[in-house]
Amino acid sequence: MTEVNTTYQSNSASSGKMLRAMVGIGILCALMIVLTYEGTLPRVTRLKAEALERAIFKVIPGTEKTSAFRYEENNGFSAVGDGEKTGKIIYAGYDKNEQLTGVAIEASGMGYADVIRILYGYDFTRQAVVGFYVLESKETPGLGDKIEKDENFLSNFIALDASLNDDLTNLKNKIIPVKSGAKKNKWEVDCITGATISSRTIGEIIGESTEEWVPVIFKNKEAFNAP
Amino acid sequence: MNNQKNKTGFIAALEKSPSTDEFIKGLWKDNPVFVQVLGMCPVLAVSNTAENALAMGLATAFVLLMSNILVSSLRNFIPKQVRIASYILIIATFVTITDYAIQAISVELHKALGAFISLIVVNCLILSRAEAFASKNTIGKSILDALGMGVGFTFALLCLGAVRELLGNGSIFNIAIFPDNFQEWIVMILPAGGFFTLAIWLLVFNVFKK
Repeated sequence: MTEVNTTYQSNSASSGKMLRAMVGIGILCALMIVLTYEGTLPRVTRLKAEALERAIFKVIPGTEKTSAFRYEENNGFSAVGDGEKTGKIIYAGYDKNEQLTGVAIEASGMGYADVIRILYGYDFTRQAVVGFYVLESKETPGLGDKIEKDENFLSNFIALDASLNDDLTNLKNKIIPVKSGAKKNKWEVDCITGATISSRTIGEIIGESTEEWVPVIFKNKEAFNAP
Repeated sequence: MNNQKNKTGFIAALEKSPSTDEFIKGLWKDNPVFVQVLGMCPVLAVSNTAENALAMGLATAFVLLMSNILVSSLRNFIPKQVRIASYILIIATFVTITDYAIQAISVELHKALGAFISLIVVNCLILSRAEAFASKNTIGKSILDALGMGVGFTFALLCLGAVRELLGNGSIFNIAIFPDNFQEWIVMILPAGGFFTLAIWLLVFNVFKK
């Protein structure tokens, strides 16, 4: 009986030892994660802001300068500085003569793997989406990431119709995704075979976002004039 | 003939050295992909281009190295009953750190790799090396083991990625190899192509190994 007890004890650790080990490792791991997060946060924030700035130039052709505006239901759009970009932010682009070239709007939706976050440009003159850029995506490499590379798909966004009806309260036609090769109208997004869910998501994100934002920004167009 | 003798002598000397053996075994004798057939999820999912394969291989090698060092350092402190939970926690920590570090290096790089960095947590190669080796050996040996296995894993992924990208996209590392009129074998960059390529590489590797 004594022998059995001795063997049992040598093969097992006390509850206290197990608890100490788990808590100790937990604290060590938490410390490493928090320190890395805190250490990298300023640089990550700066790099993300720079990437967003570069993306604005990509999605609004002819842009030389940008400015951020916050939207509030009661006050409309008001210009905000670098450290104040919280809430509903819209970016306006200006050419070298400080003339408004369009606005860039952030939008997101659930893709195949995770949330896809994009930035798209809207041109007031043509009343169309004139470019889009993927800010964040975890779509399958080689398949879902074709939304950023497929030339045929990207050509959808050269002038994707988002014109308003006569009383400027709604889109004439909501932007919708269609099967690859089935595009007949200029407000339709031709999807990609082999990346159907990801490309459909882009069409849906832009469809939902333009339906919400285009009437609002058109109504407040004067607010975007060069500061 | 003489050269052949010298080569054999050199390899034999390397294999006799216990420290280099820890490193060499991961590259060839116990290659994690071609011999142990471990970590098949990232191997099949991420080897559709050479660039993705290299990035995934290096990120995995880093996590493997760091987790082996920590597991080996704490091997006398972790009771057997809670070892698996502890190793998983350690591995997940280094994967998270790798994720933040890549974000801080380049947003573009993180955007390209973001989809599969989190897959490293469930790579059984890392857990198996922690359990089978690092928890029973010194830090020095664990480092060599992790380096060997990491390089072996990266090499195997590159073998798959290069073939799949070449046949599926006509390029390697985005550099066009075939002329413009080459008809890509789309199946090679799809999941089925991963299985075909892995089977062929396993066959080739085993023929050479014998």
